[in-house]
Amino acid sequence: MRADLEIIQQWVQPGHHVLDLGCGDGTLLHYLQQERNATGFGLEINPDHITTCMGKGVSVIEQNLDTQGLENFDDGMFDIVLMTQALQAVRRPDKVIDDMLRVGREGIVTFPNFAHWRLRWGLTLSGRMPESDALPYKWYNTPNIRLCTFKDFEALCRQKGIKIKSRRVVDGQHQNSWLARAWPNLLGEIAIYRITRENT
Amino acid sequence: MPDSLPTDSVGLVSPQTLHFGTPIELACGQSLESYDLVVETYGTLNADASNAVLICHALSGHHHAAGYHSLDDKKPGWWDSCIGPGKPIDTNRFFVVCLNNLGGCHGSSGPSSINPATGKLYGPDFPVITVADWVKSQARLADRLGIKQWAAVVGGSLGGMQALQWSLDYPDRIRHAVIVASTPRLTAQNIAFNEVARQAITSDTEFHEGRYDDANTLPRRGLMLARMVGHITYLSDAAMGEKFGRELREEAFKFGYDAEFQVESYLRYQGERFSETFDANTYLLMTRALDYFDPAYEFGGDLSKALEPAQCEYLVLSFSTDWRFSPARSEEMVNAMISARKKVSYAEIDAPWGHDAFLIPTPRYTNAFTAYMDRVAREVGA
Repeated sequence: MRADLEIIQQWVQPGHHVLDLGCGDGTLLHYLQQERNATGFGLEINPDHITTCMGKGVSVIEQNLDTQGLENFDDGMFDIVLMTQALQAVRRPDKVIDDMLRVGREGIVTFPNFAHWRLRWGLTLSGRMPESDALPYKWYNTPNIRLCTFKDFEALCRQKGIKIKSRRVVDGQHQNSWLARAWPNLLGEIAIYRITRENT
Repeated sequence: MPDSLPTDSVGLVSPQTLHFGTPIELACGQSLESYDLVVETYGTLNADASNAVLICHALSGHHHAAGYHSLDDKKPGWWDSCIGPGKPIDTNRFFVVCLNNLGGCHGSSGPSSINPATGKLYGPDFPVITVADWVKSQARLADRLGIKQWAAVVGGSLGGMQALQWSLDYPDRIRHAVIVASTPRLTAQNIAFNEVARQAITSDTEFHEGRYDDANTLPRRGLMLARMVGHITYLSDAAMGEKFGRELREEAFKFGYDAEFQVESYLRYQGERFSETFDANTYLLMTRALDYFDPAYEFGGDLSKALEPAQCEYLVLSFSTDWRFSPARSEEMVNAMISARKKVSYAEIDAPWGHDAFLIPTPRYTNAFTAYMDRVAREVGA
């Protein structure tokens, strides 16, 4: 299992109702159904991923966050709303985050850090848009249209009054390193945030 | 005619007629003292009868969903593209049951069959049948076949409505409902098209208030027009454009009103052929069943409330260019299922053929359908 999914599954309690935004091939939801007795849905737009989910018994809805949002989901109907490595690919991440915390009590968001030293270094030295393992695209064909840094994300949460319950900063292989913990915005490649609007 | 049958065909099949002697009460308040259902089955029912799949047909469908009745048949059953060995509904794994619904005109009791009470054709005296009535009769068919629970009930269009109704009326007798190109209720526009079709039939001077058989005639003209208008709603603008464009049958305009454009002669041909083989009273009955279908009605229009008793998992598929039952209608259904906390998967398949796309295999449709049914098969040990 992907290391970020390994971390996320620890936060899902037995029987939780979960929504996974951009659920891919349904690996995480399938695991949560089997191991956590969780229920819920994945949203996806990639036809092959949708087919794979259907074959696995993962409930998947073809739905585009950019055009449809989450308006078909009722307030507070999920315990947890997940979004792994997709925040940077939606048109309005701020609205998606609002929606996540409208339909769910808690959100879990992971995204690549655009302030990682290697990206900073690449831009400084070459003067070209940076590429990395986490961001392996050219500027003109990248699906990642809303890149941000950990600091940017945290500023947005502060501005919206969203509470960050916890943050795990990991490297490209989703491994913990003390360096990334010490200087997250410089040395962390991927962050996993647990966010909520509840005062618990 | 094929010289030999394709290897992915269920092969030569023959229908059987089952007689039901117990009266069935209908939504309209009337009941049928006894009735016949014509049925075809493909594949083998396993020891614990867990691998049965019910196929529900649409407006003009019938029990012959797959395979051939004889080597002389030009075409296989109406859903042969999806039913057969290795196809989405894999007959190597599933026991597939398809029937002609009550009120139909392909052998099951309906307006064109004999009323045992009078010894004459039912004609217009055959009661109006609803989707819920069909489901009730199908449940009795399941009893007869020794099937306590369907692995899946599957249908496109009006057939999808039956699958949905099954999940509400017999929640413990259905594991999966597969609802393709369907809708939880007809729109005013849908009903309007049905009304034009009915008016075409009933205003035909040969209709004789539905007693055309007594008058030894058929309302061919009316049925042809009904089919023509129906056919237009089954195809997308693009599909019609692709097939016919503005092509003329001859080189120049004739400045008259005969069928000059290819699309005109196609519609006339389809309509005429249909009017020879389909019963006008059945057409009226089927379109009414469509109009009346609205499981949310009793719940103040709240479909998610209506869905409360359901226990099955749903697969809902729609097609991008279907304007008869558009993707928005399927999404309405899916959203109600989400609200009711039911398990549901949904995909909108990109296909150019309009409503008819549910009968036409395309890679994405076939793959998604196959993946889902494969998982159903694994679940029931088939």
